[in-house]
Amino acid sequence: MRLDQRLIAEMIAPGTRVLDIGSGDGTLIGHLFRTRQCDARGIEIDMREVTHAVAHGLPVMHGDADQDLVHYPDDAFDYVVLQRTLQAVEKPREVLRQMLRIGRHAIVSFPNFGHWRLRLQILLSGRMPMNTVWHTPWYETPNIHPCTIRDFLALCEEEGYVIERWLAVDEAGDRAPWRRSIRLANLFGEQALFLLRRKTTAEQGRAGRTR
Amino acid sequence: MLECGALVAPLDIAYCAYGTLSPQRDNVILVCHALTGDQFVAETHPVTGKPGWWERLVGPGRAIDTERYYVLCVNVLGGCMGSSGPRTLRENGEPWGTDFPPVTIKDMVRAQARLLDHLGIARLFAAIGGSMGGMQVLQWVASFPERVTAAMPIATAPFHSAQNIAFNEVSRQAICGDPDWHGGRYWEHGTVPAMGLAVARMMAHITYLSEEALNQKFGRRTRRDPAPAQGGRAPACSFFGEIFEVESYLRHQGSSFVRRFDANAYLTISRALDWFDLSADYDGDLSAPFRDCETRFCIISFTSDWLFPTSQSRLLARALNRAGVNVSFVEIESDRGHDAFLLDEPDLERTMRGFIAGVSEHAGASATLRPGLSHAP
Repeated sequence: MRLDQRLIAEMIAPGTRVLDIGSGDGTLIGHLFRTRQCDARGIEIDMREVTHAVAHGLPVMHGDADQDLVHYPDDAFDYVVLQRTLQAVEKPREVLRQMLRIGRHAIVSFPNFGHWRLRLQILLSGRMPMNTVWHTPWYETPNIHPCTIRDFLALCEEEGYVIERWLAVDEAGDRAPWRRSIRLANLFGEQALFLLRRKTTAEQGRAGRTR
Repeated sequence: MLECGALVAPLDIAYCAYGTLSPQRDNVILVCHALTGDQFVAETHPVTGKPGWWERLVGPGRAIDTERYYVLCVNVLGGCMGSSGPRTLRENGEPWGTDFPPVTIKDMVRAQARLLDHLGIARLFAAIGGSMGGMQVLQWVASFPERVTAAMPIATAPFHSAQNIAFNEVSRQAICGDPDWHGGRYWEHGTVPAMGLAVARMMAHITYLSEEALNQKFGRRTRRDPAPAQGGRAPACSFFGEIFEVESYLRHQGSSFVRRFDANAYLTISRALDWFDLSADYDGDLSAPFRDCETRFCIISFTSDWLFPTSQSRLLARALNRAGVNVSFVEIESDRGHDAFLLDEPDLERTMRGFIAGVSEHAGASATLRPGLSHAP
């Protein structure tokens, strides 16, 4: 299992209901079911991966984040996970809204476009950055909505989501020492991982009064 | 008692069983057959002498493993292989014929449930079937959600579409238009509507295949018409004694079908298909029959199946999502059309095997998680 998947798994309480969007070969949901007794299900767009996962006894639907989340009822899950996919969906804000409609928590990971190497590349070469994470040219990349950690924070603020935990890690998934400073994380973190929840009605009321 | 209010008594239910029923009676897999299928799922067919229609998937060590599961396959109500149907004799010694009451998919499932009651089987580990068999699987969960642990509807749909009905109607017209049909009382005249039934089968058979499958299998190849002057066929049926291979194939499909199937049974079952609409009892809400249902689903469709296209399976999968049901949905890449579910498709085999293992593992896990429930005195 990838290190970032292990970090995600650590955020999930045992025995809960989990939906993993972009579940790939089903590694995470398999792990959650077998070691944490979760009711873990997946959605995956790549048919070969779906067949592989179902053939290994895992409940996976062929589908995608943009089209299929609307068909789940409110609060159907305790956690809805979106691994390394937010930048590739058609409507990231809508996908997040759906995630936090059908789930009590959302766990989102994405590659941080604010990493210093990307900033430096664009500054020095004046061209779209390319590296191991961002490895396809601009005209055929699936990553149509790249964002930085600070961009994502701003969106959460705007949408009224509470950030329960966050991590910024390097590509290998090692947790980094800049964990207390968002600005440093935005500069040095290659992958970002967020655990979000909706504001409670009480919190919404308080926010309304302070405004 | 059928949905239409008519009574079929005595009720005959013919079935085949494979494997051993566990002492807890909890290892039963019900395999549901399609329109022209029957209960001989994993053994040589008594009429045609051909292998069972799903022998590659049902048997010792197969995806539906008869060493582990007790597998039942039931001839549908209205069929012609032993279960009550138009060919069954009534008390007056005459066949029911067209007097056999209209049967629905729900009636077929209720008849199967009666058989399970009779056998003392409270719950199915799984219900699995393709095409009309898949409709029965869906109806099983809708009618008896607490009796089905896992459901695998394959190459099917939650209702028969206008196009499906249209094709069936052509088949029925072919049968009823055959002078040998005699208003459905052909036994009185010592005939069978062979030409009508064969044409019905030929037409239906085209809908089971894809354009690509036909091209690959036959292309434009021709062969000598084996019987140009026989059978009262108009000479126009061949061209200087040559026919296309695809014609020859369809004629063979048609004539061999006539030997094993009853025309009135075909009419009865095709009507049952047409009237199938799971959401009809729920104001068109397809999620309603599945709300709070704990059955695990695995829906399978095939890319080249245009008779029961993936869009129908997706519709079903999304309705199940809305109901909060645990559902897997796999679209298998195949160029063989609707028929793919009967053919050697490794992904179908792998998916089926994995799904069954997953459900079994899950059932085991919940048993250990809730020992109070599984070991209750």
